[in-house]
Formats: sequence, structure tokens, C-alpha cells
Amino acid sequence: MKILVPVKRVVDYNVKVRVKSDGTGVDIANVKMSMNPFDEIAIEEAVRLKEAGIATEVVAVSCGVAACQETLRAAMAIGADRGILVETDAELQPLAVAKLLKALCDKEAPQLVICGKQAIDDDSNQTGQMLAALMNWPQATFASKLVVADGAATVTREIDGGLETLEIKLPAVVSTDLRLNEPRYATLPNIMKAKKKPLDTVKPAELGVDVAPRLATLKVVEPAKRSAGVRVADVAQLVDKLKNEAKVI
Amino acid sequence: MTILVIAEHDNTAFKAATLNTIAAAQKIGGEIHVLVAGANCAGVAQQLATVQGVAKVRLADAAHYASHTAENLTALILANAAGYSHVLAPATTFGKNLLPRVAALLDVAQISEIIGVESQDTFVRPIYAGNALATVRSADPVKVITVRTTAFDPAGTGGAAPVEDLAPAADTAQSRLQSRELTKSERPELGAATIIVSGGRGLGNGDNYRKLLEPLADKLGAALGASRAAVDAGFVPNDYQVGQTGKVVAPQLYIAVGISGAIQHLAGMKDSKVIVAINKDPDAPIFQIADYGLVGDLFETVPELVSALS
Repeated sequence: MKILVPVKRVVDYNVKVRVKSDGTGVDIANVKMSMNPFDEIAIEEAVRLKEAGIATEVVAVSCGVAACQETLRAAMAIGADRGILVETDAELQPLAVAKLLKALCDKEAPQLVICGKQAIDDDSNQTGQMLAALMNWPQATFASKLVVADGAATVTREIDGGLETLEIKLPAVVSTDLRLNEPRYATLPNIMKAKKKPLDTVKPAELGVDVAPRLATLKVVEPAKRSAGVRVADVAQLVDKLKNEAKVI
Repeated sequence: MTILVIAEHDNTAFKAATLNTIAAAQKIGGEIHVLVAGANCAGVAQQLATVQGVAKVRLADAAHYASHTAENLTALILANAAGYSHVLAPATTFGKNLLPRVAALLDVAQISEIIGVESQDTFVRPIYAGNALATVRSADPVKVITVRTTAFDPAGTGGAAPVEDLAPAADTAQSRLQSRELTKSERPELGAATIIVSGGRGLGNGDNYRKLLEPLADKLGAALGASRAAVDAGFVPNDYQVGQTGKVVAPQLYIAVGISGAIQHLAGMKDSKVIVAINKDPDAPIFQIADYGLVGDLFETVPELVSALS
């Protein structure tokens, strides 16, 4: 069984981003970039399925600028067998990425696509669901447990009130929640080995996909700042403030 | 212009988030229809028919909608999408699971977690864990939108809309619900609570979490929340998690106990009206946004707070 794992290069989750003063976006020049944390979990899960003898090949895919190669190499250092870069400088929105991934799924014919539930930059939480829709495959989003056997996947999903378990027929799309697993650290020998793994580059036009954005960003602003309030000396003062000043209890 | 709101419900009652979504639809303007799909859920349709601003409730009642799988609901919505300019659902795990699937098959972009409506095609949504707000305009013929429920006051009652039966779509049989394990609690629902008491790694273990925070929550009639650290350490189940990857809340009062205040946690609670932080580290980032900060050992201050409230 082949597994396809889409990975995204995003601003590192520890970075406090700055909004550009002209309101056109967030300043990502000279900011540390890394693999989206949810995608790391997706790669780890795919590699575990390979180590368990269920998957035969894990293919990592990234869409975006040339520097996404680094993200693919990071995925290969965790254990992906090869990488595909869909290279473009254009702004990619989830629908465009889903269409690019559909074109690759048509070509590669994976049985399972494991993706992160959301990217921590656009916070969309859409791509996996859109890909499943375009392929007419079932979906299991926000997975915290995944068992693959006999042409089906049993997936425990994190939902608002607790957990639910779905059985879906393969091929399917599964999106990862944080609690699915703990991704391993790539060791130096594996990072070196990853440099020799195959990495193909294609362009959106070769896949026949129009990636033009559907949403125009008119402006990006900083949210209203919350200023630090006061330090209270003790519990009595805190209760007094909550009762008489804030009037919330 | 007609707006379709997808109701979230458990086949017996609608979820409060549905009311916030109807409120967002009212801001967009136009006629509002509500779709109720489920099994034996005619009661839910009757309840929603009394919500103010709803012009029509459309009810699809069939066994294969009982578990609200995205595959079956999407087929139903697509079969009935003609004539709608907007399709809305709450940005809960229900809406986030469903709407991108609908949008992709309509070949339109989906707009996630809007917090503001500027016009019929322009919306405001947070990005980068709430550290920036983007105003986006959609050029698509149908706007498919999930609504951050804490950003809109719930719609009131007093309406009397007709309920119309819809023919169910065929069962896609692509996915099947095996089981559902819901966390049982007497406390208010986290997303709708007016007061939230939330605990982090500083509590040390699950026993301390319950021993210290439950009495405080009981005194205040509050819901209980947690940081990711507390959830990952197994103190509480993960549906307690407040943050970028958990629930986004905006109560009147948020009490953060033993939570340092990482970016990802702040993303889920910084729109609370009043924030109280109790932490022994005076440099914890949570104090930068807290209205009232108390530096001290939570094992002493929390019980003190409970007795002070008696």
C-alpha cells in the first residue's frame, strides 16, 4: 500500500509573527520556517505504518516555492521514501492545493492520504476534506488513532464532546490531530541519507491545475492589543476586584 | 439572496453554536433557511423554527444521517444547494469537517472561522493563531463559510417559520460510525460558558486538577478548561483543551491556573472579557494579557479563593 503525505512549509510555531505596517500581510522575511507540526505527525504515522509492514511506500508532497525542498528533505529524514515538489511562486489556497494533490493522487494511486488537520499559518483546516471530496473518497478528520486493516481504516476522531470512531473504506483521506503520535527526531545519519532520496519537481501547469486564488486578501491587521492589567497582592484583593471593579462574579 | 445555515444537533436538541451561526447569517442579510439533517430529528426542526430571523426550516430525516457523516451530508447539501448565495455552519468540529467537502464540490473556496462580516462577500478571519486578522473578499458565486461562534451573539427566539420536508439523498455508505464516547459533565458546555476555570501543567497531576479546580468551578458555576500541556500529560480528556488546536472560548471571566500562556493557548482565550492569571512565575507570558494577575503558589491561593467565595 502506498501512502501520500502532503507537507507544508510554514513559519515556525514558536515565532511571534509581525504584521507588516502597510497591512499587506505578515512579515515572513528572515523568519525561521519549519514543517507544519500537524504534517510532522502525518509523516510519522505513515512511517509507522510502513514499519508495521502495512505500507510499502511513503511519498511526501509539498506545494510552493523552491525552498519547500527543505521541508521534503525533513520528511524524508523522518522516513518518507521519496518526495514530490509542486513548484510555484504563486499564492496557493487550500482549494488549489487540493486540486494539485488530486492530480498527484490520480497519477500515484495511493490507498491512503494522511495530512495535517490544519496549517498553523492560514489556520484553514480545509485541504484534506477538499481532497477527499474531489477524489470522492471518504474522510476521517482530526484523527487521534488510526488502524488500517483489510481495505478499511478504523479512525478515532477528536470531536467537540469527546471522541468518535469511524470505519472508512480505502482509499481515503485521514487528517491528523496533535494526539495521534509523537514525531521522532531525525538523526544525523538519516538526514544524510535523506539527501540521496529521489525528489521530483513538477509545475502546476504540467498537472493541468489552475491555481489562481479565489479569495483576495484586502488587508491584514494586528488584533486589538490587550494590555497587561494589575497585579493583585492577595486573594482577598482579587475577589474584591472581580466583585466590585470587573463585576463578573 | 438566500442563506443556508447547516444546523448542528444531536438528533434531540440543537447545539448552541447553531444560534451564533444564524446570527452571523443575519449580519450578512437576506432570507435565512436552516437545514436540519439527522434521524428522528423533527423535534430539532420545530425548535429551530422558533428562532428569530429564520424564514424556513428544511428537514431531511433518514437513518443514514443519524451520525452526521460528512460524505452523506455533503451529498444532501449539494442536491439542495441551488439558489443559495451563502452556506454557513459553525466552526465546530462538525462544521470544519463538513463544509470544505461541500465547497470543493461546488468548486468554490471555503472561508474558515469568520469573526466579522464586512459585506456580502467580505469577511474578517484570524490567521497565525489569532496574531493577525485578515480581511478577505470572495469572488465565488457561492460563499461557503464557517463561523467562529464566540464572535457572534446568539440569535433570539420568537420566530415561527414553516418546516418543509426534504427528500433524503442516497446513502453513500463510505463511512460508518462505530462508537462515540462523549465526556459526561454536569457543568456548562465549554464553548458557551460565561465563566471558565482552566488549568495547566502547574497543577502537577490529574488528582490535583480535580481536587483544586472542581470546587472553584462549582462555586462559580463555571466550565472547566485546560492547556495542551495538561491534556497531553493526561490530567483531563482532550475535549477540555482551549487553544489554537482546541476550542476557542470568549467567556466573561477566564481564570488561568498554572498556565504559562503559550501563543497557541492565548489564541483560544484572549477574547475573554476579564482574564485572571494565577501563577508562581512572575515572568509567565500569561501576565502580559491578564487583567488581574496573582503571583503565588496555586496550591495555596486556589483553596483560599474557594473559601473567599463562600
